[in-house]
Amino acid sequence: MQPLSAPPRQQANQQVNRPDPAPSRLKYRLERLMLTPMFRLALRVGIPAVIGFGAASWYFSYEEHRTQVVDTVAHIRNQIETRPEFMVNLMAIDGASSGVSDDIREIIPLDFPISSFDLDLDHMRETITGLDAVKSAELRIRQGGVLQIDVTERVPVALWRHAGTLELLDMEGVHVGPMTRRSERPNLPVIAGRGADRHVPEAMALIRAAAPLEARMRGLVRMGERRWDVVLDRGQRIMLPETGAVRALERALAMDAAVDMLGRDIAAVDLRLPRRPTLRMTGGAVEQYWRIKALETGEQQQ
Amino acid sequence: MIELYESQRAMRNMRKAAMQRGVVAILDVGSSKIACLVLRFDGNEQILDDGIGSLAGQSGFRVIGAATTRSRGVKFGEIAAMGETERAIRTAVQAAQKMANIRVDHVIVCFSGAEPRSYGLAGQVEVDGTMVSEQDVARVLSACDVPDFGVGREVLHAQPVNFALDHRSGLDDPRGQIGRALATDMHMLTINAQAIQNIAHCVKRCDLELAGLASSAYASGISALVEDEQELGAACIDMGGGTTGVSIFMKKHMIYADTVPMGGNHVTSDISMGLQIPMAMAERIKTFYGGVVATGMDDREMIEISGDTGDWHHDRRQVSRAELIGIMRPRVEEILEEVRASLDAAGFDHLPSQQIVLTGAASQIPGLDGLASRILGSQVRLGRPMRVHGLPQAATGPGFASAVGLCLFAAHPQDEWWDFEIPVDKYASGGLKRAVKWFRDNW
Repeated sequence: MQPLSAPPRQQANQQVNRPDPAPSRLKYRLERLMLTPMFRLALRVGIPAVIGFGAASWYFSYEEHRTQVVDTVAHIRNQIETRPEFMVNLMAIDGASSGVSDDIREIIPLDFPISSFDLDLDHMRETITGLDAVKSAELRIRQGGVLQIDVTERVPVALWRHAGTLELLDMEGVHVGPMTRRSERPNLPVIAGRGADRHVPEAMALIRAAAPLEARMRGLVRMGERRWDVVLDRGQRIMLPETGAVRALERALAMDAAVDMLGRDIAAVDLRLPRRPTLRMTGGAVEQYWRIKALETGEQQQ
Repeated sequence: MIELYESQRAMRNMRKAAMQRGVVAILDVGSSKIACLVLRFDGNEQILDDGIGSLAGQSGFRVIGAATTRSRGVKFGEIAAMGETERAIRTAVQAAQKMANIRVDHVIVCFSGAEPRSYGLAGQVEVDGTMVSEQDVARVLSACDVPDFGVGREVLHAQPVNFALDHRSGLDDPRGQIGRALATDMHMLTINAQAIQNIAHCVKRCDLELAGLASSAYASGISALVEDEQELGAACIDMGGGTTGVSIFMKKHMIYADTVPMGGNHVTSDISMGLQIPMAMAERIKTFYGGVVATGMDDREMIEISGDTGDWHHDRRQVSRAELIGIMRPRVEEILEEVRASLDAAGFDHLPSQQIVLTGAASQIPGLDGLASRILGSQVRLGRPMRVHGLPQAATGPGFASAVGLCLFAAHPQDEWWDFEIPVDKYASGGLKRAVKWFRDNW
């Protein structure tokens, strides 16, 4: 049996019913628009930017959204900061004497454990170096959550008697700390006078040069903020010039070694004019001198 | 004349704007196909020492998009149905744009029909002063006695072909030369104004700007004739679908153009009528088996003609190739005879060179060159368009001669009448302009 309906026609006649290939006017214009570079740029960049900006500003126009975002950010930040890897549990201070390390602990009050994000190491270092006794400090956070502070202390080399107080000075003339009594540091030399702290190296050189007189020396006095006097016991003074003070002192020591000058009854040795060293005798010595002179010349005694 | 100047100058300015944007479309509105090429002008054309750049100076542009579509609504090279043509143009332009991936706004159009008529004009003026200036050239061009070409006709091309100064003729550029009487020969081509209006309307409906118009006979002559043929004199026969264009070139200028309103479509319709088959089938048989010279072998070569009528005997016919050739040959001969008549009317046999170049899609019929040399003369060759940058392989055939020629025309247009300044005394109402001109000339 064959079907009565005709078999479907082959595609021989397709020429007739082929659809019009021409684009419609609208489609044509649309395609031309899409081929316009500026329009394409606007479509690719402008519209996403506008949509994104609009959505963001709509979202943030509500107060609760803003606070929610801020809270979430803060929470996440806090979570990260308080992870055990970032926590600091201990402070270790190296190179400081017990008093200084107590001071450091006092001026840097930290409640351990604390997150390393909360530590401002630069500021802490400035605070620590602000202490008189600290020359420099290095801070770092060591593995294992330890805040390591390496302190280099200032070494006091002299005592400065000044305006009724006694202070420790280091080689650079920086105040190291106060002192109540001279007898606490008997090994340090004493210097005095205004401006003495600015010339500590020179003072130390003088003290080294005056080593033969150590037993007799009481200290150095800065006179008029320009020159030094060496003060010995019995009120004796060696007055040194502004320049070449060490050489002048060595000269005085040489004279002393030659004629035992300082052992005699002299009030002061004036070396301020290097060409003319002058001796000032005490009152009793002058009387004695006059008496001897009178005896020698045969004058009658008064 | 003034309005002609203005419309043509507006198109020239449009072309300049398109060149500045760097993208222009070429539209060849033919009877059988509409071709659209998108050109990109790079502007990096290098001129060598001899004044001619690489690729004969045609390297300044590149074809970046090409599309063809079957033409609908165009008969004898003229628009017969506006809507259909507009849609076909839209199809071609859209496909070419898509290939180029860029939007084109300016289009240069060529078409073959609209009864072109050639006129040779001559003019002569006394040179103002001793040296020929631009203004003198403009004056001599406007001094040409324009024939009465009738109402409803429009000038498509008006190219100065030759300048003569006193007794020296054959000058390309008389400017700066010293002489007394300047004479010129000009070739003017007029066509039906309606055809231009229709084309302009179609182009406008496609949101494009018309940046130039050309006759397709002229365009295919530019691309299919090689340089020495253009120089020594040659005729280009552009055998298209609906029309056959004839253009004669001499000294690199077109001196004559005509259209024979017959082409490949007539051959197809002859086959369709003679063999009682549909046009599509006739076109297919023509392109596969067509020819104009029958041999004994062709009697034995049978062509199956399938049909769709339902009549078994009608659908299972066979024809020999000799029969097919017997149908085609008289029509091709008729076309070539018409061409011969046109060439004779133009006085082609008086030219020093008798070279004839056949191009256009219908010139691909096997054996056509032999037939043509019998009818037109011995120096016949088949021409293909010049190669331009980026032209797809599918668009290098002889059917694209006018499209490629239009590319060359767009890149290097020849000087036309309206490219020169309007002579001062031709200004209709430019009182102020004349005053300014007078001041500029005298101060």
